[in-house]
Amino acid sequence: MLFGFEWDLSNPLAFAISILPILLIGMWVTIQATVVGFFVALVLGLIFAILKSAPSRFIAWPARLVTEFIRDTPLLVQLFFLYYVLPEYGIVLPAFMTGALALGLQYSAYTSEVYRAGIEAVGRDQHEAARALNLPSARTFTHIVVPQAIPRIVPAMGNYLVSIMKDVPVLSVVTVLEMLNVAKIIGDRTFNYLIPLSMVGGLYLIMTLVASAGVRLLDRYLPKQGLPLK
Amino acid sequence: MHWTEYLPSLMQGAWVTVQLTLYSTLLGAAAAFVFGIGKLSRNWALRGVSIAYIEVFRGTSLLVQLFWLYFALPLAGNAIGIDLRLPPVLAGVLALGLNIGAYGAEVVRGAIQAVHSDQHEAARALNFTERQTLFRITIPQAIPEMMPSFGNLAVQNLKDTALVSLISLGDLTFRAEQIRNFTQESTTIYTMLLFMYFGMALVVTAIMRLLERFAGRWRVAGS
Repeated sequence: MLFGFEWDLSNPLAFAISILPILLIGMWVTIQATVVGFFVALVLGLIFAILKSAPSRFIAWPARLVTEFIRDTPLLVQLFFLYYVLPEYGIVLPAFMTGALALGLQYSAYTSEVYRAGIEAVGRDQHEAARALNLPSARTFTHIVVPQAIPRIVPAMGNYLVSIMKDVPVLSVVTVLEMLNVAKIIGDRTFNYLIPLSMVGGLYLIMTLVASAGVRLLDRYLPKQGLPLK
Repeated sequence: MHWTEYLPSLMQGAWVTVQLTLYSTLLGAAAAFVFGIGKLSRNWALRGVSIAYIEVFRGTSLLVQLFWLYFALPLAGNAIGIDLRLPPVLAGVLALGLNIGAYGAEVVRGAIQAVHSDQHEAARALNFTERQTLFRITIPQAIPEMMPSFGNLAVQNLKDTALVSLISLGDLTFRAEQIRNFTQESTTIYTMLLFMYFGMALVVTAIMRLLERFAGRWRVAGS
């Protein structure tokens, strides 16, 4: 029994049906972790992108080094680091939040590049035109650059959302009850790993296919020439 | 304990990580070429298998694949009367290699499709067979295009090897966990661990850069 649902071991089909609601509870945790992790990655990535493009090299270089370091070290180790080291400095977070933070931190290194590439892809002529029209540089950025960068940034971010979703099972090592962990517990208790783990695989396929389709749809309906912010 | 006392044990783990990375990257490269080319095949069975492989391994989580191979496959083998119990090393290499291979297959496919159609026409005009065109014209030109993405995937693979510690394989992360359980010095050990992975990633990046230059050595500068 898990989360108040009994499993039925009489035959494989009955077993599969009886554990489906349990796995769906796990899936909901997976989705929550994905969303929170993605949000952290978006915010942290933006901060890193701004720091990396800072005019002073005393800010830009360390920022570049830090993101390179984050990108080149495993999520699992970063997660262990946050989970076991932060409490030593008095920062005690629930496992779920630590996990989402680790996910966000790992992917912030990738999203910061997406922001940078999206902003740099806006042509020089746009900057020159804004200058010719006497727009101050802050307004050039918010009203000319950002609206045109968004259609380039959004699809790439969507792909990282799917990647984050696939990395959520790593959170099971710090006791987060996401889908894979739930399936593993069912396997440990019933000695039947085949059905729960295969179901997790199938549910993952469904989730990633739906998410990818969503990203493609978003990509199609975003106006290519830019998104007016007003 | 002084941090240098952890080094011998961590180095043993690092050696396992290096081997895992090497073998799974080689397996991944092989799978990438087989299924990447297979996806472009005109034989529907070959194409179907390749698409199914790519979608399944890209669409599910690596950890799910690893657990499935390690925990579920023996039971599936049991049901049909074959012994499919894999030692952790084999399960780890298989899961890592097949996972990265699926991403690599898309890279291979993209690079092959990006070879200009002039080349196909020229090969056809010279009466090359399809097989000759593929292996002597298309693939040699596609490989340099693949190398930057392969470099990223190799680093990704190195990072992913950390997950095999969860099926009790004594890699770098596993050793570090053992030491931490023993000494409780989380900060020292995890800091060392992060820097060791960072160092290995830099080495992998450098090797892939060299391979990239080697693969593109026949190219005219600037083209």
